[in-house]
Amino acid sequence: MTAPAPTTTAPGEEQRPAGEPQPQGDPFDHDVLPTPPGATTALLRSLLAPMKARVAVTTLLLLIQQAAVQSGPLLVAYAIDTAVPAFRAHDNGPLIAVAVGYLLCAVASGALQYAFIIAAARVNQDVLLDLRGRIFRHAQALSIDFHERYTSGRLISRSTTDVESLRELLNEGLQELVTVVLSFVYISAMLLWLDLGLGAVAVASFVPLYLLVRMYQRRAGRVYRLRSTAIAGVIVKFVETMNGIRPVRAFRREAANDADFRVLNRRHERTNGDALLEMARYVVGSRLVANTAVAAIVLWGAYRVAGGSLALGVLAAAVLYLRRLYDPIDRLGMFLNSYQSAAASLEKIAGLLAQTPTVPEPSTPRQLPELESEHPGRGVVFDGVRFGYRTGGEVLPRFDLTIPAGQTVAVVGSTGAGKSTLAKLLARFYDPSDGRVLLDGVDLRELAVPELRRGVVMVTQEAFLFSGTVAENIAIGRPDATREDIERAAKAIGAHDFIGSLPDGYDTDVRKRGGRISAGQRQLVAFARALLADPAVLILDEATSSLDIPGERAVQRAMSTVLRGRTAVVIAHRLSTVEIADRVLVMEHGRIVEDGTPAELVAGTGRFADLHRAWRDSLA
Amino acid sequence: MSTTRATDEDRPDRSAVRTLLRLWPYVRPVRVRLFSAAFVAVLASCTGLVIPLVLKWMVDGPVADRDPAGVWLGALYLLLLGLAEALLFGLRRWLVARPLAGVEAAMRADLYRHLQRLPVAFHDRWASGQLLSRGTTDLMLLRMFLAFPLTFLLVNGVTILVGVIIMLLQDWTLGLVILGPAIPVIVTCVVFEKRYADVARRAQDQVGDLTTVVEESVLGIRIIKGFGRHRSQARAFREMSRTLRGTELRKARLLAAIWGVIVTLPEVAIGAALVLGAVQVADGALSAGTLVAFLSTALALRWPVDSIGFLLAMSQEAATATERYFEVMDAEPEKESVGTSRVLKDTGLRFHGVRFRYPDAPSDSSPILEHIDLHIRPGESMALVGATGSGKTTLTALVPRLHEVTSGHITLDGQDIAAMSREELRSLVAVAFEEPTLFSAGVGENVLMGAKDEAGPEELRRALGVAQADFAHALPQGTDTQVGEQGHSLSGGQRQRLALARAVVGRPRFLVLDDPLSALDVHTEAAVEAALRDVLAETTALIVAHRPSTVLLADRVALLSGGRITAVGTHHELLRGNAEYAHLMSGTEEAAR
Repeated sequence: MTAPAPTTTAPGEEQRPAGEPQPQGDPFDHDVLPTPPGATTALLRSLLAPMKARVAVTTLLLLIQQAAVQSGPLLVAYAIDTAVPAFRAHDNGPLIAVAVGYLLCAVASGALQYAFIIAAARVNQDVLLDLRGRIFRHAQALSIDFHERYTSGRLISRSTTDVESLRELLNEGLQELVTVVLSFVYISAMLLWLDLGLGAVAVASFVPLYLLVRMYQRRAGRVYRLRSTAIAGVIVKFVETMNGIRPVRAFRREAANDADFRVLNRRHERTNGDALLEMARYVVGSRLVANTAVAAIVLWGAYRVAGGSLALGVLAAAVLYLRRLYDPIDRLGMFLNSYQSAAASLEKIAGLLAQTPTVPEPSTPRQLPELESEHPGRGVVFDGVRFGYRTGGEVLPRFDLTIPAGQTVAVVGSTGAGKSTLAKLLARFYDPSDGRVLLDGVDLRELAVPELRRGVVMVTQEAFLFSGTVAENIAIGRPDATREDIERAAKAIGAHDFIGSLPDGYDTDVRKRGGRISAGQRQLVAFARALLADPAVLILDEATSSLDIPGERAVQRAMSTVLRGRTAVVIAHRLSTVEIADRVLVMEHGRIVEDGTPAELVAGTGRFADLHRAWRDSLA
Repeated sequence: MSTTRATDEDRPDRSAVRTLLRLWPYVRPVRVRLFSAAFVAVLASCTGLVIPLVLKWMVDGPVADRDPAGVWLGALYLLLLGLAEALLFGLRRWLVARPLAGVEAAMRADLYRHLQRLPVAFHDRWASGQLLSRGTTDLMLLRMFLAFPLTFLLVNGVTILVGVIIMLLQDWTLGLVILGPAIPVIVTCVVFEKRYADVARRAQDQVGDLTTVVEESVLGIRIIKGFGRHRSQARAFREMSRTLRGTELRKARLLAAIWGVIVTLPEVAIGAALVLGAVQVADGALSAGTLVAFLSTALALRWPVDSIGFLLAMSQEAATATERYFEVMDAEPEKESVGTSRVLKDTGLRFHGVRFRYPDAPSDSSPILEHIDLHIRPGESMALVGATGSGKTTLTALVPRLHEVTSGHITLDGQDIAAMSREELRSLVAVAFEEPTLFSAGVGENVLMGAKDEAGPEELRRALGVAQADFAHALPQGTDTQVGEQGHSLSGGQRQRLALARAVVGRPRFLVLDDPLSALDVHTEAAVEAALRDVLAETTALIVAHRPSTVLLADRVALLSGGRITAVGTHHELLRGNAEYAHLMSGTEEAAR
């Protein structure tokens, strides 16, 4: 199993404006998202529906298999009561029948067991394949605002540990349950058939057993919930420490962490012990009931055999059945365990799947118009756009902006001014709550994903590297790119030199999330990726924050050469970036307060002019 | 995930038993309980075996003699044996429940403690997921191993032995018939077990790979969305999960074959014994009661025999888990320095001929840092400037000894840091990292981690003020608001400011800041700089900087180039006199090397 991953890097400052009060009781603060009533059952049903026929076949296999397995004692009774006297009378027929019958049953139960395991595994694996795929696709389809609120660790544990607990239930639990139920039914039927009275006593013993199971389920359920909370606490502490090992060391947290961990670990130890003891109680209770029932049945049976009203063979068979009857009750307890944890997991998964993407794909997508000129850029229009986050507070009150094709626009402004929101709306990470964002006159909501990404690509400040080689990471921009294309992009952005100095050059495995590739170098790789994607509109959201100035210059050069003629929106803290812009927007509280060429604004008396002066001074 | 597999080939092929013996130190404290539990379990199992004998006695004695009183006595024996069996099984579980939970917890605490003290270089190599799976699933497996397979391999062995002896004593021919399938069953188990273990291991690895894809698709969601790659990502995922399904089905086929054999052969043997027994009963060579008892015993042995297969499989898995656990526990923790404390007549922070190469790098590769000589005077702040990837972050990691210098030494006020305890060193040096990590705790707690215990709200307020992190007061529960993985999510800039507050809250004598303002907007940056100036006035600081604005916080600048310090001076001196520096700071082309 794998760990919940480290905290995601939140994107722009704007996402959570500083000081904005959070509504209390946000469902995203809890592990379980609100699940619509019946969603869990509906999910289970929809997973099993396509395999109805196969489930039926599998169940049938098990039914016949159990019949074969349970016929043994019956043959014993027949052998003692019929075959032995017949044999004494020199009639070999019944004994041969017993031999053949037993052989057939043995072979049938073995062969059917084989067939059943394989058939059941097929069904289970297909359900899991389906479920894994659904979670994955759904998580990918959910919008960025969901991912910003639902921590990555939780999402990862949905598709790992939660699927795993369902797998355990399907693999072992369900088969257990069906076997247990079937053998209860078969054996009770056999006992009743052998002798109504003895059978009735056995069936009567189910009442205390049922009550016991119920009680166990209730008590164990509570303990197990506590235990799963306790282990979750242990896991979070563990992962957090390992992912933050540098600050842990630097701030000498080892001893304090040991103490914190001891508390969490103790809590888990205690609840773990409680759970084990609960199981012990259940085992004692169920064994007591079972063994008492066996003694009672044997007493009565033997009494009647002694009195001559019951055949000896029937008693023997009954005793053999009885020993089998109560065998599976321990396993029933284990089934209840895996059922409980799987049910909890399934509920969490259903809650995740019930989330609807707030940025849906269009049902009837449109194409972007043919490019009119030789310029690859496209025009952007924000038409009466309003936007507010679900957590409340309107970030963009009402926003109109037209960016002609080919223009490079720099957006500056303080934290919470709405710069990143602007970028995310243009990249269609979010949809506006009102108004439209148009790309060459087409609403972004009407573009299918491949078309949209030929149009707009966004590079953010978090430069995540996927496991694989450097070349593969760059090729994410355009999967069909050749090695030459990749190298050309890296050269254009000034990343070729550092990549060349890596142990295996472009084929170097980036290992553990970027490993020893520095933050600045990762940003260069991210740029090469964007360059390769070659979009009509490029958005850079703080994408140069970790670059040094020459690195930033290389990016700017690439923009004015390789990306020449594209439309670009650059959000930057650094005024050095602004110099290459055709136009600067200064934003404040979701509004544009200054708009002009860099030269115009510098010459003016606005905020931009002040900032620019301060920045020039630092260079002097 | 795949990175930590690298060591697989050179892993010695130790026997499972040898590996499992390494658990002894953890089992030792609970050995009395564990042994008593095993003894109780043997007792309980044997009680179960006596029950058929009582049945035989009843059938051949009171039942045959039509003696109702004898029947009562037999039933009473049965009841008592049944009660004893139930209580003994319960006693066994009760004996080990808490001690084994304790063993699991002790091993986990040791692992955690050990991991916290392993070198940072170790953590660079190991994905946290791999470490976590050792601390959770593997330890759970070990607890289960101690609770069941270990005990029941013994118990079942004894039960089978006793059962076979009872059967042989009752009728040795029938006994031999029952024993017949033992050899083929054992052979099948051994053959399939080996193949099953291989396939199971492959499935485990494939689950790991699948998890990696999931993890990355979540962490890199903005890139996937930004480039519209979620379909290809989903395709890759589907392919891998199909492969996993194939492996799981292969596993199921092997399992089905094992079960097929385990179910069929003993059943055939019991059938043969039944027929032979019936013939003997007919001939009067065997009593009906003996046959009933015999078959009853044979059936009672079914579970012990069947289970040996999966008990061995579980033991095998436990051995793998033990191996994985000790793989980490055997890694050498950082040694506390015992070097002679060389106190020079010196002040401030000084690097003397420092050379550094990552310990896992090949020894013939060129070092990352070489001949680093740098002196930061007390109260002075020094900016460290260098091109992307020049080793600035590595250099800062040497000061709090997150990595150890390969040669040379670093002194604080004349004292060699290699001779100080890390505890002492790190209480002198505070660090703010490039990647601001917050822990699951309140905001205030996160910040106050950087201070000594006596620091209170006053200190907190001051530090938040310096870092312009006053937004913390306006969070839902103020500075008690939980942050980290399970808490309130903060933006990159907010986290960076809190990390900065954490570095300055303890008024450290030495301060190391790695590009502390990269995620801040211009206004905030200016405000932080203004406040930081006062803090820097009273500490000795090393600040990694990319921007002139950050550099201007420092009194002097050191230029790191090609792993060496090539120039030291004030910003303006270097801007005028050093072409590379001018290039780095202004990006002008003509100034490039």
